[in-house]
This record gives sequence, C-alpha cells and structure tokens, in this order.
Amino acid sequence: MQTVQPRSLPLRLPRVRPGGVLPILAILAVLLVLVGIRQPDFLAPQSLMSFLGRSAPIILLAAGQYFVIVSGEFDLSVGSLVTAQVVVAARLIDSDPARTWPVVLLLLAFGVLVGLVNGLITTRLRVPSFITTLGMFLILVGAVYLWSDGAPKGGLSEEFRRFGRRAFEDVPLLGRVPYALLVLVVLAVAAVLLMRSDFGRTLVAVGDNPRTAELSGVRVWRTRTFAFILSGLAAAVAAILLGGYSGVSFQAGAGLEFGAITAVVLGGVALGGGRGAVVGAMLGALTLELLFALMNFYGVSGALRSTVQGAIILLAVAVSATRSSSR
Amino acid sequence: MSALSLLPARRSVPGVFVALTLTLTIGWLVVLLDGGQLFNQSTTVSLLHVAAGLGLVAVGQTLVILGGSLDLSVAYVISLSTLVAAETMNGSDGAVLPAIGLVLVVSAGVGLLNGLLVTRFRVNAFIATLGVGLLLKGYLDNGYDGPAGTTAPSLVHALGYQRIGPLPVSFLLLIAVTAAAWFALSRTRFGHHLVAVGGDPEVARLSGVRNDRVLVTAHVLCSMCAGLAGIYLASRLGSGAPRVGTEGLYDLESIAAVVIGGTALAGGRGGVIGTVGGVLLLASIDAIFNQLEVDAFFKQVIRGVIIIAAVAVYARRAMRKAA
Repeated sequence: MQTVQPRSLPLRLPRVRPGGVLPILAILAVLLVLVGIRQPDFLAPQSLMSFLGRSAPIILLAAGQYFVIVSGEFDLSVGSLVTAQVVVAARLIDSDPARTWPVVLLLLAFGVLVGLVNGLITTRLRVPSFITTLGMFLILVGAVYLWSDGAPKGGLSEEFRRFGRRAFEDVPLLGRVPYALLVLVVLAVAAVLLMRSDFGRTLVAVGDNPRTAELSGVRVWRTRTFAFILSGLAAAVAAILLGGYSGVSFQAGAGLEFGAITAVVLGGVALGGGRGAVVGAMLGALTLELLFALMNFYGVSGALRSTVQGAIILLAVAVSATRSSSR
Repeated sequence: MSALSLLPARRSVPGVFVALTLTLTIGWLVVLLDGGQLFNQSTTVSLLHVAAGLGLVAVGQTLVILGGSLDLSVAYVISLSTLVAAETMNGSDGAVLPAIGLVLVVSAGVGLLNGLLVTRFRVNAFIATLGVGLLLKGYLDNGYDGPAGTTAPSLVHALGYQRIGPLPVSFLLLIAVTAAAWFALSRTRFGHHLVAVGGDPEVARLSGVRNDRVLVTAHVLCSMCAGLAGIYLASRLGSGAPRVGTEGLYDLESIAAVVIGGTALAGGRGGVIGTVGGVLLLASIDAIFNQLEVDAFFKQVIRGVIIIAAVAVYARRAMRKAA
C-alpha cells in the first residue's frame, strides 16, 4: 500500500506504474501487429472504423464501470440493464418512428434511475455494492421477462436503429464513419474531461480512502451515487447502440457486466478503487474486442472465447500485481 | 445455538432464523388461505432438495468469504463435476467411488488454483475466480453441447431420491458437511486462523498466522463443496449437465445465501449455521411461491428485493451497534 497524493493525479497518467495506461497500449500495439500480419485488410480505414463502431457499446460500458470501480464499488447490474433497456425500447416504440426520441429520452432517464437506486442503496443503506447490484440484476432480468411474458415484443424503429447501424458515408480519408463511433468519441472526451475536473479527483480520492475523503469534506455517498448514475447512463447509451446494431433479444446484455469489469481491470484499474485512468479502462475494452477479432481471424472456436478471456485477465492482473509488489 | 458465540466476534442467534420462522409462518398461512398445504410431504421434500444443492455450495462459499475472499467459479466447478462424475461412472455401479474420488480431486485442483492466484499472485479474488470460471466455461462450451455420461443407478437411487422419513439423504449430507465445517471453524486452529485472516490480514500475519496457507485451504474446501454439489446434481439428473451450475445461478445465489445468513462480505464475521438458515430461507420462499403458483419471473424479482433488504437490515444493525 503506497500512499497516493490526490493532487498529482492528472499528471500521473502517462507514466508507467500500476494504474498507468502504457502497459495496455503496449498490449494493444502487439495485437494490432498480429492482426496486421494475419489480415492486413483489417487495418484499412474502412474496416477499422466499423470495428471501432462495433466496439463502442462495450467501451462505453467499460467507462461507466470505471467510474464505479475507481470509487471503490462494483456494478454487476449493467448487463441486465442493457437487456432491459433494449426489450423496453422495442415494446414501447413498437415500430412507430414517431416514438423514437421520447423513448430514447426515457431510456436515458431509466438508466439514471437504476444508477440512482443502486447508488442510494449502496451508500445510504450500506449494502455492499456487490449485493445491491446483484439484487438489481435479478430484479431487472425478472421484471423484463415478466413484463414481456417471456418473449420480446414490438420492434425498434429504423430511426432508433440508425444510431447503432448507420454511418456518415464518404468521409474523406476515413471512408465510412459509424454514428456509434461519433457517439463514442464525444462521450470518451467527456469522460476524460470529467476525470480531470474536481469531480474526477474527488471520485479517485473516495476510492482511495473514503475515510480521508470524508474527513476532508467530501460527501462520499453523493460522489459514489453519482458514479453509479454515470454507469447507468453508460448502459443506456450502450443499449441504444447495441439494440440498433444487433436487434432485440433477451441475450442483448448477457455477460456484459463481466466483460466491462474485465476490460477495466485489463486497463490497469485497481479493483477496490483509487487507482487507474478512464482511458485505460476504455483501451482495455478495445483490447478485449481486438483480441476476439484476432481469435476470429485465426479460426479459434467461438466457444473458446471465454477461456482466452479468462487466461488474459488472470495473466494481466497477476503480472501487474507481482510487479507492484516487487517495487 | 449458544455454541455459536464461542468466537468472540459473533452474534448469538443469526437473525436469519427469525426471518425464516416468520417467512414459514406467513407463507404457511397464505398458502392455507389459498387452499393449499405448505408442509405436505412432497413440498417439504422438494424444499429440502433445493436446499441441499444450494446449501453444499453455500457452506463452502462461507469458508472463503469468512477469510475475506470470494469464489465466483463455483457454478462452473459444479457443471464440470457433474460431467466428471457421470462420465467416469458411465452407468456402472462399480465406478461410483472412483468417480467421487476423481470429482473431489478435480475440484480440489480448481480450488488450489483459485487459492494460489489469490495468495501467491495477489490477484483480487473477484477477478481470480472469475478468470478461472471463464477458463472452465470455455472448456465446457467447447467440449459439450448437452448432457453427457450416465450416473450410476445406485448413486441416483441413494443420493438423488432416497430419504429417511421426510429428510432426503442429500439433505443429511448437507447437515454432515455443515457440522464438519462448523466444527472446523469453531474448534480447530484452521477455523480461528481463517476468521482472523478475514478480520484483519495484517494483524493475523503479525500474530504468526500463515495467511496464504489458510486461504488456500479455504479455497480448496470451497471448491470441494461445489464438487459435492455437482455429484448430488449428477445423481438428481442422471447425467452430467454442462450448464447446470450457471443456469442455477449457483455462484451468485450461494454468495447471497451466505450474506443473508449474516456473514460479512468483507470477511471475519459470521458462520455456516447462518448460511444454512439463508439457504433454507431462499428455498422456503421458492416453495411458497411454487405453492401459490407465482410467475417464475416475478419470483426472481422478489428474490432480488429480499437479498438487498436482508443485507440492508444487517447493515443497519451493525451501524446501530457501532453508534
């Protein structure tokens, strides 16, 4: 346990240390080279753009999860929240284009609400976030099945789906830029700016040592609740993109919570809070997606995806843990 | 029950038994008003069967949580164990003992891996056991599309369906395992050390406890309990089932049962008796809802609410005590 000085946080990002982004950048570079050797076409702007667009939902979820994890908590409810959002959207829109925007707003509000409830139960009722969000997971999955009698109903309008599947055509140099990528870039910049603001520093301080933060005048419960709200909001946006890209199913969000947590940890963010950068978390998600793409190119069976994911995450965390302890 | 207070940091009677009594009383009344009967032979037996499966896992989970760790890989260990058991037996009664032995060895191996990752490689328990779980998931997804192997008929009969009065043999197995775990926790050096490690690892280390060894042992025992649950499920189902662990949500439900039973998720406080109470509470709610023919999805919603509410009540109590 080394002491962390919250004031120097924004400057810490570029240097190699636990929580830095250099290791994940190195892994990403190696993967890119491997992909380039096997499938040079993949690195052409066109396919790279669409890959980034496809990865946008999980990257956003990783950013959302990052806020919660860096503040010292967990959010296991995001996968079920994505599923719930997609199913709710389909039923409410019911293929009527006029309802697209109201439903989008409703989904965002729903995400905020779920995050708020998670946050308040965790901070005010002092239920460990693991249990709160696990309970929320059960509630959301049960509720969404209950509400739709076991099979998704209705359908998404083309207007709704365009966020996830359409693109700006004929952009100079890049070719086709998916809307999802634009959403991702805007929100990623917002996330980075947020982490550089006072709120970001407070968030990290709360995760590092809640007691110290409390004593220096931070309202820990409010900060953490806000982190949960951000995670819920990220899940809402991810659901809108995913619903557009892959359509409506009860499996829409299955396993995404663990994927997001894997990505965050891979990005050098410490579970338990207080260390790591949001850029690292997002790069972690990108690395994970790239890894899956690579496996695809090498013809590895899709069933083995989880084995590789498991091995990678164990390796990454074990390496960083032994490194930080040997310092 | 007074034996529970042998360890200084423990509550006397876990509140979960109060909740269990209340639930059963109210449930009994509601079911009665509905024109049914909660405590007839078949509902009681099926309640105890549900409790036996979840209970075996949850007792093991209690050990690791007491030590300040966690095991998310149990669901996959269960699935793997049903397959190892059923494929080794392959329908022959003579292979029962080797099969059980092999399951215990395999699951102990997984536990050892979990334990070493958590202690030697200092990987966060959540990530370590999630990672190991994913490794197993890949193996299962890759190798199996559906049920495989056949459980020996004698085992199906003995462990899956045999019962003494209203008590299924599997529930007696749970009682035996719980008793053993209770004894280990309250009467042996291992138990005291485990609680000490969970309470404050640094203090435990400075007082001469070998933290690593204790935690690895807890992880091995936890996985072996999951292995036993796998053997039980294989005997219930008659074959190995590659997804029975995850579909039953045994990972999350076992943790929920432990926490409802009054064991602190952060470790160092609690016990297996409370966990069995938590398991019985979850199983009773299941039985009551089945009797009332409540929608399965609604049941899940209520389950989520109950888990959160139960833990909130404990947290409130702890706060009041601290104040």
